[in-house]
Amino acid sequence: MTAVMGTGLAPAHAAPAPAPAPAPAPATVAGPVTQVRVIRAEWTKLRALRSTRWCTLITAVLIVGLGALIAGSGTAYHVSAGNTAAAGISTALLGVLFAQLVLGVIGVLAFSGEYGTGMIRATLAVVPARLPVLWAKLIVLVGLVLPVTMVCAFVDFFAGAAIESSRGGSVLSLTEPGVLREVAGSSLYLTVVVIIGLALGALLRKTAAGLSVFAAVFFVIPIVVSALPQNIRGFASYLPSNAGGALWGTPQDAAHVLSPWTGFAVLCGYAVVLTALAAWRLRRRDA
Amino acid sequence: MIEIDGLTKRYGDKTAVDGLSFVVEPGVVTGFLGPNGAGKSTTMRMIAGLDRPDSGTVRVNGKHYPKAPAPMAELGILLDARSVHPGLSARNNLLALARTAGIGRRRVDEVIELAGLGEVAGTRAGGFSLGMGQRLGVAAALLGRPQTVVLDEPVNGLDPDGVRWIRLLLKSLAAEGRTVLVSSHLMSEMAQTATQLVVLGRGKLITEASVEDFTGHATGTGVLVRTPETVRLGQLLAAPGITVINDGTDILRVSGITAEQIGAAAWRAHLPVYELTPTHASLEEAFMQVTKDSIEYHAGATR
Repeated sequence: MTAVMGTGLAPAHAAPAPAPAPAPAPATVAGPVTQVRVIRAEWTKLRALRSTRWCTLITAVLIVGLGALIAGSGTAYHVSAGNTAAAGISTALLGVLFAQLVLGVIGVLAFSGEYGTGMIRATLAVVPARLPVLWAKLIVLVGLVLPVTMVCAFVDFFAGAAIESSRGGSVLSLTEPGVLREVAGSSLYLTVVVIIGLALGALLRKTAAGLSVFAAVFFVIPIVVSALPQNIRGFASYLPSNAGGALWGTPQDAAHVLSPWTGFAVLCGYAVVLTALAAWRLRRRDA
Repeated sequence: MIEIDGLTKRYGDKTAVDGLSFVVEPGVVTGFLGPNGAGKSTTMRMIAGLDRPDSGTVRVNGKHYPKAPAPMAELGILLDARSVHPGLSARNNLLALARTAGIGRRRVDEVIELAGLGEVAGTRAGGFSLGMGQRLGVAAALLGRPQTVVLDEPVNGLDPDGVRWIRLLLKSLAAEGRTVLVSSHLMSEMAQTATQLVVLGRGKLITEASVEDFTGHATGTGVLVRTPETVRLGQLLAAPGITVINDGTDILRVSGITAEQIGAAAWRAHLPVYELTPTHASLEEAFMQVTKDSIEYHAGATR
């Protein structure tokens, strides 16, 4: 096919120049909402908030600092039949118990912070499908908390092991039974805990309510239940903190009924149910 | 274009919006008026899909907004209550919204400049004055260059310069062919900006009219006539569709007939006229007249 261009000769029947239309609006600059774009938006918020930086820093200090403190105090740890390496590591991960509260704050605030300030209205007005916001918050929180706590847990392990051996204790190795599972598991545990915090924030919408329920579930109820008579606290191992604790061997509770991965699955079950409820509420209720 | 049809919203046993239907056309600024509690903000929240109507439909540019693939291209909204994160800077507040639609930093900086926030763009929005917060909210509404713009009380807390900025902005948005719906309690401001009106009272539509028609039908629009012959001139003018009011002085207030017609009639009857002044009800007077029965919260008399 040949095209004659630039001859300067217009066909006689050429369409006349279009009549001046009413001033057309300049083209929009807004593209379609995609899940990836909403994830980028949520990352922009999470990264810029001071609370994120503080909570991340405190988490690192709690996990690594407390572990180093435990390793460096008392008598040096000697692995024996009664004192497994795994039990020692579980004790060195004690900071996880406190870090979970700090990370719970990040999780709850991800939604309650927006409801409290009114930003949720702006957020949901530009993402009226709503659910992409929940998934995006979940993904950026996991993307932040999983690597950070994983690094913290391993730093905690290696620092603790170095301190113990320098004090004449046993040389602790990641290859000892259960040790790698506990170190990595503590990070997995904290990541699921953050998701539970996120779901609570989305469900309850108020920071105070979200944090209260979170603290009750992860701190108060386990302690109260542990004070109950042995024969009626069979359900204790199914509490989120105890079930998830099975994976990294919560120091306080020696007699875990659940196996590590069963316990973790139970914890994930809570997270899934709460997230599903949060999604349902986010879709159905007025913002 | 915004098309609202049979919209109803109840909160508990209170009906905030009651069978509301109206259309907001593109190319003009439409004022959204009504006393406090009339349902303006609720209607705006339903336009943005934030509240779900109990019945009825809202269409933005012909579409069901929550299903729009590119929401920020369709609608930009400023809500009455604050909707920014105080812990984020102005720029990050805007950037977080922009990201959802793939809008770049250049456009974010553009609306920051447009809203006069250049010097405080990096400052946490929590420290902003009401006026600064409003500017940020308007900037957010404009981010995607949306086809339809809905602003709830945009001049609230703005300084005179800001009020003027909003007035020019709304007119230019309308001139570009966009749909502009704006609520305000400042009637004088609305009279200068809007050409169409939608008036609500107790969640119901009171009237949908041009500003001209709205004020034209209000008492106060007519002709003021000063004459020593009030009785004779009054009798002369009396006809169906014409009202003549005399308050006992030498002034007649006549409506339903033009000043020219009155002047000519008086001249033919050899009746002296000292003053002949066409009068217009202000938007505020017209608004007070149509909404006086539907004001939810009457202020007590001041003593």
